[in-house]
Amino acid sequence: MIAPTKPDLVTVNIDGKEIAVPKGTNVIEAARLVGVDVPHYCYHPKLTVVGNCRMCLVEMGMPAVDPATKAPVMDPATGKQKINWIPRPQIGCGTTASPGLHIRTQTPQIKDCREGVMEFLLINHPLDCPICDQAGECKLQEQATGYGRGYSRFIEQKNVKPKRTQLGPRVTLDDERCILCSRCIRFSKEVAKDDVLGFIDRGSHSTLTCYPGKQLANNYSLNTVDICPVGALTSTDFRFKMRVWFLKQTNSIDTESSVGANTVVWSREGQIYRITPRQNDEVNDTWMADSGRELYKQVRAADRLTVIKVGNLDSTLDMAVKAAGEIFKASAGAIAVVGSGRNSVEEQFLTKKLAEALKASTQLVSRAGTGDKILVSADRNPNTRGALVTGLISALPTQQLTGLAAAIDAGQIKTVVSIGEDLTAAGLTAAQLAKISIVYLGTHVNATSTAAKVVLPTYTVFEKSGTFVNQQFRIQKFAKAVPAPAGATDDLVILAKLATATGATVPTADLAAVWKTIAAEIPALGTISFNNLPDTGLLLDQTPWATLPFVEGETLHFKPAASAETRS
Amino acid sequence: MAVIPVSRQPLTLLERTYLPQIAGGLKTTLKHFFSPKDTMEYPEERPAIPAGYRGVPTLVFDPHGREKCVSCQLCEFVCPPKAIRITPGAITPDDPAAHVEKRPQEFEIDMLRCIYCGLCQEVCPEEAIFLQTQYSTTGHTRADFVNNKQKLYELGGTLPDAHFKWDKKKAAEEGGNAH
Repeated sequence: MIAPTKPDLVTVNIDGKEIAVPKGTNVIEAARLVGVDVPHYCYHPKLTVVGNCRMCLVEMGMPAVDPATKAPVMDPATGKQKINWIPRPQIGCGTTASPGLHIRTQTPQIKDCREGVMEFLLINHPLDCPICDQAGECKLQEQATGYGRGYSRFIEQKNVKPKRTQLGPRVTLDDERCILCSRCIRFSKEVAKDDVLGFIDRGSHSTLTCYPGKQLANNYSLNTVDICPVGALTSTDFRFKMRVWFLKQTNSIDTESSVGANTVVWSREGQIYRITPRQNDEVNDTWMADSGRELYKQVRAADRLTVIKVGNLDSTLDMAVKAAGEIFKASAGAIAVVGSGRNSVEEQFLTKKLAEALKASTQLVSRAGTGDKILVSADRNPNTRGALVTGLISALPTQQLTGLAAAIDAGQIKTVVSIGEDLTAAGLTAAQLAKISIVYLGTHVNATSTAAKVVLPTYTVFEKSGTFVNQQFRIQKFAKAVPAPAGATDDLVILAKLATATGATVPTADLAAVWKTIAAEIPALGTISFNNLPDTGLLLDQTPWATLPFVEGETLHFKPAASAETRS
Repeated sequence: MAVIPVSRQPLTLLERTYLPQIAGGLKTTLKHFFSPKDTMEYPEERPAIPAGYRGVPTLVFDPHGREKCVSCQLCEFVCPPKAIRITPGAITPDDPAAHVEKRPQEFEIDMLRCIYCGLCQEVCPEEAIFLQTQYSTTGHTRADFVNNKQKLYELGGTLPDAHFKWDKKKAAEEGGNAH
């Protein structure tokens, strides 16, 4: 039974299955919707169609109509309308679904076509899968298994091309493996807007290269490695480090800016090897910035804090919390809490609870940079909006804590709890730091942790689970990828213990319990729990903060509210 | 239960001398004394190892002295008791084997874990790992039983090669279908 077609939908028939797809959908995407795999190399859903790999050949036909009367021609054998099949195969990627279009992908002709295309692609492709980093996630490997003929008839010598060209600081090219799909060229031109790649020479000697005097050095160059269907473009950082089948994938969020690009963290036995983008069509499509891929190096950095310290002496968590409690008691009423826009929503919520228990003022430090209009925004804190939503702050943070500095100078503030923020970077002088007692929660050594009375090492984003609210007010979750080093403690545990030490009642420091309290106390997050949050995030109502002058400019899938108003 | 008394025969004179029994015992002893030995003077003497024996897994060089292993880590993946641990490494462009691009930086087989199943040899696409004739693994500590890359190549030595895949690759690179 064919459902009546809605105006913006067209019904097509793929391998005998009818499906209504939105207008403009191509055959590969339509086939994907009915669960039919149309193999392809050059086609990428987020790039323009070029149709040069010829792997997605399908048989195509239209219902027959009488040219004169326009009446449907019926097939007496089946009693249905006759299908006029085009005798030669057509490419699926370049064919847009039209009403009544019939597609066959499993005929002997198509099988022959795929075997033929595979054979041509493999003629000059080196058989060095044992050393190729793409092995295990290689389209050529998968489709040679699925659609190839299984043996080689090629006895001549393969072509020789450059094996290790440095296209840029982060990308190494093995030209022999290249199948000339041109995805990387289109990506550089269309998404990164840095048109540096191109093919030179002709025929089987075609070679991918940069334009003379140019380099593939933009901050999105590693996306070309992700979309390369073979092992031609490799990440210089990840090259020959680990085979991909050993790596565990954990969903995470890029913390370098408020864009909140969705990522996958690839780790093995507690060590992270690489970070790649995860598709989220509302946030980052299938891309992410190179700068965000290097963030995993902070996990095993030499300056990582791993020892709990009280007054420069090694200590334990309970003793440190006790020492902090005594500091709080001694300076009651003169305490300030510096929260962090890098903390998760849950941690910011507990920070607020701690500040309420201490009757302390709260502030955040902003990190402004320049947005690149693609996937790095001007606000380099991933979770400024989380602090607004949880009520940790009510106005936008500033880059310099001038108010806090003045209060310290005036003697109104005697103790500062800093959650991962370097107070000297935020404008406080060493003399001001010396005047106060600092309780520091953080991951890495800085001037504030050195000056702190109590140092409590915490987890990086890769070692804990939680949520961030990005620039679209989309709440997105990230999961723990690797275990934290010995000596570090979960931020939630420390914040809960500190709050308990001051006599406040806070939820137990696990995500489920914290989320119960968050849902009960914050109406905007009332229906959410960590477990029911979808992987692509959830948009929150941003009207309460619509008037705030956020610093972000336009990026992919995001238009700042102010400029949208001027446009409309 | 009924008790049946059994009358014991008195020993004859010959039996009382014990001489036939001693002679019989000496005969058996002397027979084994002069027959071929079933044991050997281990460790000075070593048994002949039959073909197809699955001894300690080893890494081998090809006849041109090149490391055959390219650290593809398939053996590490297939190893049922997870005895193999490889740290892959790149070969620098100035190395004579630069055209191979990759070799193990470290290769460890924990012989306390190894079950001598031979799957590593079976899976190896480069014919670089072989269970050869080495059968004796000894040591004083647990660390002594972890064979590192150097030890594995010492045990493995050089085996004949039928393909010289990488030499052909190098020859093609130098004089092949270059453009």
